[in-house]
Amino acid sequence: MGLAAADSQFHVLAVDDSLIDRKLIERLLKTSSYQVTTVDSGSKALEFLGWHEDDERNNSSEETSVSPKNHQEVEVNLVITDYCMPGMTGYDLLKKMKESSSLRNIPVVIMSSENVPSRITRCLEEGAEEFFLKPVRLSDVSKLKPHMMRTKCNKDDQKPENLEKQEINGEEIQSVLQLQQQQQQPSQTSNNNNNNNTNKRKSMDEGLSPDRTRPRYSGLTVMSN
Amino acid sequence: MEVDQLQRSFLEYSRLLFHEGFLDGQFSQLQLLQDESNPDFVFEVVSLFFEDSERLLNDLTIALDQQNVDFKKIDAHVHQLKGSSSSIGAQRVKNVCIAFRNFCDEQNVEGCLRCLQQVKQEYLLVKTKLEAQLRLEQQIVAAGGAIPMLNEFC
Repeated sequence: MGLAAADSQFHVLAVDDSLIDRKLIERLLKTSSYQVTTVDSGSKALEFLGWHEDDERNNSSEETSVSPKNHQEVEVNLVITDYCMPGMTGYDLLKKMKESSSLRNIPVVIMSSENVPSRITRCLEEGAEEFFLKPVRLSDVSKLKPHMMRTKCNKDDQKPENLEKQEINGEEIQSVLQLQQQQQQPSQTSNNNNNNNTNKRKSMDEGLSPDRTRPRYSGLTVMSN
Repeated sequence: MEVDQLQRSFLEYSRLLFHEGFLDGQFSQLQLLQDESNPDFVFEVVSLFFEDSERLLNDLTIALDQQNVDFKKIDAHVHQLKGSSSSIGAQRVKNVCIAFRNFCDEQNVEGCLRCLQQVKQEYLLVKTKLEAQLRLEQQIVAAGGAIPMLNEFC
């Protein structure tokens, strides 16, 4: 059953060219009981995700919830990536993933040391779930779970009936059902799917810029050991 | 020395570091990630910071010494240093990096050279202080005590 799968460990792929930041994000994620793989570039991330340029040529709108297991050996539930990286930026990686039929359903979170509103908007519009300002804190990492849970539900239950058996909250059922219905309509283009994802995210997050650009703290509210 | 006394010295010393701006809240965050299964986490991250910084400062010195200064390269190095100092909470180093990048944008060699000098100084200061703080920690642990949390210093 879907819930049992959701209880098993989530696997996060962290991408950052800075060794210190990789160490930090790894520790943050492991502290939150996630399985973690770190890589130092966007191209290595795509490699790990099993992305193949050739496979993407037949990318069609009808091909929706294709299980990443077709290409990946290890299932990845979320990708968290630095924005500023040499070669492929986090934004480039995000774009490639969203253009891929096998990878587009994996939630992506972007991290950046720079608070540039246009950059933030661009990433969110391209489909990033969250945008974290660095340095990333435990309170940021606690925001990741809902995104990973949503993906697990989509993947494990293709039929709408199965969703009713799941004990997830009303909002999740609502949005996942919406997504399922969208995916089953042959006339749907992938554009519409993306728009629905965006709308869903916007309504859940109550607007973009103020929340995204607000710095994250304070040390006083963070849980202690 | 008594564990109590050592712990008080550690807290006093740390309070000073935060008060003088050498460290900011991010350093406390690092401490939160340290536990029995990762008892040396802060030490490991700080050590990485030392290695990284020394390499970058060296590269910056060489880059600014060239006939034709490559500001893009310098900016890239400073961006890295700013990132790593920010990640460990080395506030004063980070702040000099911000000024440094502005001089890069202006392609101002003199300004950059001044900043390089300043960032080297700040780096040496924070390194000395972090090492002293670490020694206090080690004394506490050796005396069988626990390292006090620094959440209150933000």
